[in-house]
Amino acid sequence: MADTEAGEADSAALTSPMATTASGPAWEYAPAPESREIVSIAPEYGLFVNGEFAAAKKGRTFATVNPATEEQLAQVALAGTSDVRRAVAAARAAYERVWEPMPGTERAKYLYRIARILQERSREFAVLESLDNGKPIKETRDVDVPLAAAHFFYYAGWADKLDYAGFGPRPQPLGVAGQVIPWNFPLLMAAWKLAPALATGNTCVLKPAETTPLTALLLAEVCQQAELPPGVVNVLTGAGRTGAALVAHSGVDKVAFTGSTEVGIAIGQAIAGKGKRLTLELGGKAANVVFDDAPVDQAIEGIVNGIFFNQGHVCCAGSRLLVQESVAEHVLDRLRQRLTALRLGDPLDKNTDIGAINSRRQLEKITELSAAGEAEGAHRWSPPCELPSRGFWFAPTVFTGVSQSHRIAREEIFGPVLSVLTFRTPEEAVAKANNTPYGLSAGVWTEKGSRILWLAQRMRAGVVWANTYNKFDPASPFGGYRESGYGREGGRPGLAAYLDV
Amino acid sequence: MSEGQKPKKARRKSVPPAGDSPVATRSASPAPLAASTTSAAPAATGANSSRLGVRKTYKLYVGGAFPRSESGRSYPVRAAWDGELLAYAAQASRKDARDAVVAARAAVGKWSGATAYNRGQVLYRVAEMIEGRAEQFAADLVAAEGISWPAARRTVAAVVDRWVWYSGWPDKVAQVAGGANPVAGPYFNFSVPEPTGVVAVIAPAESSLLGLVSVLAPVIATGNTAVVVASAERPLPAITLSEVLATSDVPGGVVNILTGRTAELAPVLAGHFDVNAIDLTGVALSARAELERLAASNVKRTFCAEDDWMAVPTPRRMLAFLEIKTVWHPVGL
Repeated sequence: MADTEAGEADSAALTSPMATTASGPAWEYAPAPESREIVSIAPEYGLFVNGEFAAAKKGRTFATVNPATEEQLAQVALAGTSDVRRAVAAARAAYERVWEPMPGTERAKYLYRIARILQERSREFAVLESLDNGKPIKETRDVDVPLAAAHFFYYAGWADKLDYAGFGPRPQPLGVAGQVIPWNFPLLMAAWKLAPALATGNTCVLKPAETTPLTALLLAEVCQQAELPPGVVNVLTGAGRTGAALVAHSGVDKVAFTGSTEVGIAIGQAIAGKGKRLTLELGGKAANVVFDDAPVDQAIEGIVNGIFFNQGHVCCAGSRLLVQESVAEHVLDRLRQRLTALRLGDPLDKNTDIGAINSRRQLEKITELSAAGEAEGAHRWSPPCELPSRGFWFAPTVFTGVSQSHRIAREEIFGPVLSVLTFRTPEEAVAKANNTPYGLSAGVWTEKGSRILWLAQRMRAGVVWANTYNKFDPASPFGGYRESGYGREGGRPGLAAYLDV
Repeated sequence: MSEGQKPKKARRKSVPPAGDSPVATRSASPAPLAASTTSAAPAATGANSSRLGVRKTYKLYVGGAFPRSESGRSYPVRAAWDGELLAYAAQASRKDARDAVVAARAAVGKWSGATAYNRGQVLYRVAEMIEGRAEQFAADLVAAEGISWPAARRTVAAVVDRWVWYSGWPDKVAQVAGGANPVAGPYFNFSVPEPTGVVAVIAPAESSLLGLVSVLAPVIATGNTAVVVASAERPLPAITLSEVLATSDVPGGVVNILTGRTAELAPVLAGHFDVNAIDLTGVALSARAELERLAASNVKRTFCAEDDWMAVPTPRRMLAFLEIKTVWHPVGL
């Protein structure tokens, strides 16, 4: 695996020598770092409550670091229960006095403004996201930020058309939404939560993840720029306890959570009997099924995109490759060859395919589960890949000889680790694919149309990608079956999560 | 099933005459068992009856069969009007609830895999058969709910109309809840609603037939299978409904009806890991939090809404137990 020559002093640790691929030396790329000058990161950030930034009541802060270098980026306010109370009160006041009574046409224009500012400041958001999250700039630039803007643009248009959304005339908002989002797509998840909630007339208190608070705070600044009325969007940075206090607050009418199944269940239990509405987008262990007649070139790209996109920090990642036995060796040879050409390194380098693991804690989890894979007897393989000496890194990893009972076939790893299983018949593929408590997504690769539809009907999964993988769009509903959660985000069904219907 | 009808017909004299306002449930003063059994309705002692009536045994409905509770338990069911003993109903155990889930799970494939047109026809046939037994259901309601005969007949008419309403939905709901999504790229993208799987239904405590049908029909119309806990105090109309289901074309296991104590059965279903969703409409407010907590343990979809059962429903009870599946495929040469 070739690595990039880091262009900046503070990323010198990312440098690693060029690797050799199966077909000879990999091409060496000149470094192509995106400048981080476009972003000015303040040393300290406050909470965004009632339209203004302010320190937490108790003055507590926490550090957010660049996972690629472990360099501290900023100190961020740690919201406590009194801050939660203040934010919910601000959201309630804004809901009752401003946002809910406002005609949908006007709400729409605010959201269009936000979408436009996101587009205008897109490079700034992309760089900041890559710094705070560790994901490659080509992903933040081409996926996270444009999709976030698209979500605001899409839901803006619904704000004054809700009567025609199929829920009967004048569907009513729920009130104050408490929204807790993960660290894998910090800005995009904020957009997924805020855009439909605001379009339908709710006000929001958003709690970004502890390790990735910065783009949500920049989005708060965008809300100021758009002159969004104070209190309509509030951003509380903090850790799990902040989120727990937010969802449990009696003034929160609606809870939306994206994250692990474990925390989702805890939230469900914590708010049981409280009469709050809840939508959950939780973990996954998706099967990516490759038949013997699959278009192999595309399938290889799809497998790689399925599990190594965003370092595998994707709830819908295709973490279980189910390949038909007759083509397994061929597909795996091609896959290993392709992985050897992936470039791991500086997230800000435009050539980087694989960035940093988001946190030390996550790196430990990936390391532990991978060790369990070996201990349980699966065969572990990674391309030649030298990891930077500082920061949190994990080489792309493929396990073969995996059986269904292995932990790496059952538990969500949330990292660049692929478990390969084989099957002989379509029925066996379906049985293995569905043999998980999750049900978020699935992939299928075959040239036979009727087989695609046959399989798509049988997959217990909210999203099925056929001859493609990891595609997202604001018009396309996303969400899980079974323990992957309930409710949908995106499209018309995404409105139902924020309406009293 | 005319045998089952006789005792109820014989009871007409003991309920208010036609036109009376519905009578509220009064606290039944349970008569001594010996006295009850001699004077109980199932004895069919109507003046114009010259033969000894044949009483009906009320059992559970699980997997298309009518078993007793594996526990061997039963409990007395009394008339709402005068507290008279109507029958002994099976008192389902936790094991019966688990067995019902197994039966419901086994029925998912066939029922959810049936064409929507077929499911619609099967449900319509249920409506036809309720209509044919309208008098029996009305008698059941008079006894169970203490309402007048005209009110009971209106309720049965609403029950039939409710089934007819839901019979039309299976082949339409996908067009209302799903469709093509205009994504920004060369992909064909469409969403279809699918049944979530096994749905536990705690039926309304008061409205023993119309309420039951209003919560059950939307669950199975969309291809789910159901485990229903009937009203604990008023279980008999539910069992009569199960006789209709058993003789209609609804496959065994699609609907399973348990009678017994809600407080005993609901926690088993709420905490069961092979149940996908639960409708808590019939649960007392005080018990709801604990059941929701149990339901969260495997991310069950929960729904709870006491509707005006006489009003025309909306699709929301169907949508609550549907999953939206979205399929992408590239467009290209």
